[in-house]
This record gives sequence, structure tokens and C-alpha cells, in this order.
Amino acid sequence: MSDHEYIPKSKVGKWFNDRLPLLTLANHLTDYPTPKNLNYWWTFGGILTFCLLTQIVTGLVLAMHYIAHADMAFDSVEHIMRDVNYGWLIRYIHANGASMFFLAVYIHIFRSLFYGSYKSPREIIWIIGIIIYLLMMAAAFMGYVLPWGQMSFWGATVITNLFSAIPLVGEGIVTWLWGGYSVDNPTLTRFFTLHYLIPFLILGLVVLHIWALHVPGNNNPVGIDIKKPSKDTVPFHPYIVIKDGFALLMFMIVFAFFVFYTPNILGHADNYIEADPLVTPAHIVPEWYLLPFYAILRSVPDKLLGVVAMLAAIFILAALPWLDTSKIRSAVFRPLYRQFYWILVVDVLVLGYVGAMPAEGLYLLIARVATVYYFLHFLVVLPVLGLKERTLPVPLSITESVLGGSPNLATAKNKESLNN
Amino acid sequence: MSEKKTKRRDFLFTATYAVGAVGVGATIWPMIDQMNPDASVKALASTEVNVSTVTPGKTITVLWRGKPVFIRRRTQEEIAEAKSVKLEELKHPEKDEDRAKNPEWLVMLGVCTHLGCVPLDQKGDYNGWFCPCHGSHYDISGRIRKGPAPTNMEIPKYEFVDTNTIKIG
Repeated sequence: MSDHEYIPKSKVGKWFNDRLPLLTLANHLTDYPTPKNLNYWWTFGGILTFCLLTQIVTGLVLAMHYIAHADMAFDSVEHIMRDVNYGWLIRYIHANGASMFFLAVYIHIFRSLFYGSYKSPREIIWIIGIIIYLLMMAAAFMGYVLPWGQMSFWGATVITNLFSAIPLVGEGIVTWLWGGYSVDNPTLTRFFTLHYLIPFLILGLVVLHIWALHVPGNNNPVGIDIKKPSKDTVPFHPYIVIKDGFALLMFMIVFAFFVFYTPNILGHADNYIEADPLVTPAHIVPEWYLLPFYAILRSVPDKLLGVVAMLAAIFILAALPWLDTSKIRSAVFRPLYRQFYWILVVDVLVLGYVGAMPAEGLYLLIARVATVYYFLHFLVVLPVLGLKERTLPVPLSITESVLGGSPNLATAKNKESLNN
Repeated sequence: MSEKKTKRRDFLFTATYAVGAVGVGATIWPMIDQMNPDASVKALASTEVNVSTVTPGKTITVLWRGKPVFIRRRTQEEIAEAKSVKLEELKHPEKDEDRAKNPEWLVMLGVCTHLGCVPLDQKGDYNGWFCPCHGSHYDISGRIRKGPAPTNMEIPKYEFVDTNTIKIG
């Protein structure tokens, strides 16, 4: 971890650091050599850390007022909204914070897909990231159940029933998950416990994620290995701190817009009706960030295979470092991959859209095509592309690609025309 | 450069820090204020008690803001005793007239001023209240006479709505 030996200046500092090298760690984090060409897509790591901490702090506050009981949960949420000082603000931050968290994580993931950040030697960072993403989905789902509204209740019923697709033991597992024969108070209390636990698991994994990142160092838009520290790097502080900070401020403006101007636009009105085990809402959809997977689930006309396809759509990401056979990381030098990348982006957006629509007629057809393409991208396009694609020449250093003489002719020309 | 002059950049830094500090403060305040009594708690800030059944020499205890309030209907002897005490003898000098506007009724927060226990009725060396936790003795006016408590038991804000009803808070 240490590129050079760090010795604190003060005597007390040295005494302390010899016993617990926190100052060495702090020095490592400040001096950490970062590629100097990182663009704003690289600021989402910091933004995500902010999102996690926001969720933890606001969540702790909400837990001080929330009551995890089937008879009282709904009223306690209304109590938070009406009675608790600033309760409305804290709850809206928490609820919209989940959406902002996913918005940021999707940008973060697609950044990695574009610049090949998941490739050797960063596979472990990537896999930890996928685990974090899975835990995020679990936490978000269980958190959505806690207000005990109609969407909470029926969302919980539908998602837990996914496990009933497992042959032989499925029904038993579902009963075990519920702690009864339907979603009820035991389900609510355990969801609350797990919803409280998961963010701290994520926090631990984030530490591992960053630790694993600091071994090889950041990938960069050019996607080449760089020497560090060198002319190609700048110290994390102040350069990246300021850049991340600025991006965070911009992000917070968007965040604040949702919280203060349209706090309920990302939710469902039905969730302001208390859970009723006798009536299912007419149109039941998950939160927007789960829609693409929901579309995949519904596009398969078989209960078990639908669940398998949905889970496979997530787990396939973990195999990505080995499915992508190309040695070149950045899509900047992969003209064909770049096109497939954007097709995938559109494909996922389409899946998200049809996931929100009723599963019938044309929507179902589109969902099926998009589902098939999603898997084709990972299982066929990526492995084949790595072998067949003619990539562009890659610069030897970041400095070379920045200071003109870019080996990418198109980029060089573009730059010239901009200068003229 | 030897002379220290305020530069444009210094101004920008100071302005940025100031705005940042206000922003951080405005963000932290709701997180702190949420722990203060909420609207539903404040709504319970007053309680009305019907005291028509309380006979002289009896004490009833009612709950107000989660704490016990002693309402004692004192006998004439007790009133006389409470009034006879000289202020010099008291650790926390207060006249009985100031503590019980209507001398027949003593309305007082039943919380020992030492560490918050509930004193026992008609116990102790002064025929008032006695706190079992650390041995504070209160007289029939609820004034501290002996023991570790620093002050007399607190008199809450209250009023007689009519002859039989006391509104506390």
C-alpha cells in the first residue's frame, strides 16, 4: 500500500503512528496518485459514498421514530411526516436518497462498462461492486416494505413469492421468509432488522472496494496502465478532492430538487394507502431502479425460468471480466464495442420502460426482444468482439494522449478543428 | 509581497467557507431538532383533572407530560403547619402562600429534585414526602428539609378551571 515510507513530523504523531498507523493511512489517501485525465464520470465513487452516508444518517434518525409493527408502522410513518420536527424532510431525503443512490450507481456501473474498468487487474473491485449492488437492491426492497402501504405489502408478497418458483422446497422457503402463511408482522420486523443491517455491510464492502482499488490504482479514460506516481498522475488531494466536491455539489442540486419540489414523483400514490391483505392494487410495479429486471422476469412465460433469467441478468455481470475477451480496456479505442455499448444502454432503458408498462401485447414482445439482446450482448457479442475487433492504437502514456500527437486520428483531428 | 494585503482569492475563500458553514449548519439542525419533543408530544402538554372526589388529607397522583403530579387536599392543621415554618429554617426558602395559591390544594410535580425519583406520600421526618432513593425529606408544602435534594419540589403551571377541575400545564 505504501509507495514511500511516511514519518509523521511531530513526536506525538510518530509515537501514535508507530502504534496505530492511522496517519500513514491518511497520508496514503491524500497523496494517492490519481490519473490526471479522470473525467467527471469518475466522480461518482465519491458521490456514492455520500449517498450511503446520507442513507445511514437519515435512516438512523427515522429508526428513532418508526415502529416496526404491522398495526403501527403505517401510522408511525405518518407521525414522522406530520409530528416529528423536520420528519418530512428527513423521510423525503431517505426515500429520494434511495433513488439518487441507484441513479449514481447506474452511472458508476456504466462508466466501468465503457472504460473497461472491470478488466484485469481490477476484477475483485468489480465483483465487490456487484455484491454491493445486490445488497443495495435488497436494502431498497426491504426499506420500501417498511411504510406498510399497499405497494409495500404487495411488493413484498410478489418478491418473496419469487422463491416459490424453486422446485420442491420453494413453498417451504417462502413460509420461512414470511414467518407465517402470508406477509405479516413477523415479515415486517425481520425486514426492518435486515434493512438496518445491510447498509453497514455495504459500508464494510465499500472499504474493501476502495482498498482493492488502491492496489492497482484508478483506471482512466485512456484505459492504459500508468506508472504511479509519475507525470501521468496527480495527488488525490487537492486535485481530485476539489473535482469530486464540485461534482457532488452538482449532484446535490438534483437531489435537492427531488426532495423539495417533487418528493413523491418517484414513488407510488398507492403506498399512501395502508396495507390491505384483501385487495391488490390494480397496477403493481417496483421502484424505477428495479424495472429492467422486472421486465426480464415478466418476459419469460415460465415461473421458474423467469426467476432464473432475472437473477442471471444480475449475476452475469460478475462474470463480465472473463466474458469480455478484449485486452483493450477503454471503449475510446474500440470502435465496434463503443457502438454495442450504446445499444446496450438503450436496451436497458427500453427494458426499464416496458417494465413499467402492462405485460401484454406489444410491450411484452419488446420486453422479450430486449431480454434476448441483453443476454446476447454479454454471452455472444463481448466474447466474439474481443477476438474479432480491430482496435485503434493505444497511447503509451496519458501525457502523450493529452498533449496532442494522439494516435487516435479522429480525436487528434477533432482537437485540431476545435483549436482552429 | 512583504505587506499582507487582502486579496481577491482570500475573499473568495472566506465567502466559500461562510456559505459552506451555513449549509452544513442548516443540514445538521434538522437532524438535531428531530430529537426534540414532536408535535404529538407538545399536544399533550396540558391535562385536566377532576378533583371532586379528593377529600381533605388525601393525595391523588396524575400523569402530566409523563411525570407524576401530586394533588393534595390539605387539612387545616397541615396548612397551619406549613405556614408556621420560618423561612430561615429552609434550605430553599419559599413561602407556603407562594407554593399553594389556594392553601387547601397543593399541586406539585412529584419528582424529587435530587435525581428524579418519585417521593412517598406522608413519610419522612416532616410528615410530607420522603424520597426512598437517597433519603430526601420534604414537608407538607413539598419543601426540602433534609437530605441531598437541592431544591423544593417544583410547582407546575396550573389553574382551576372551575371548583372541581384543575388544568395542569
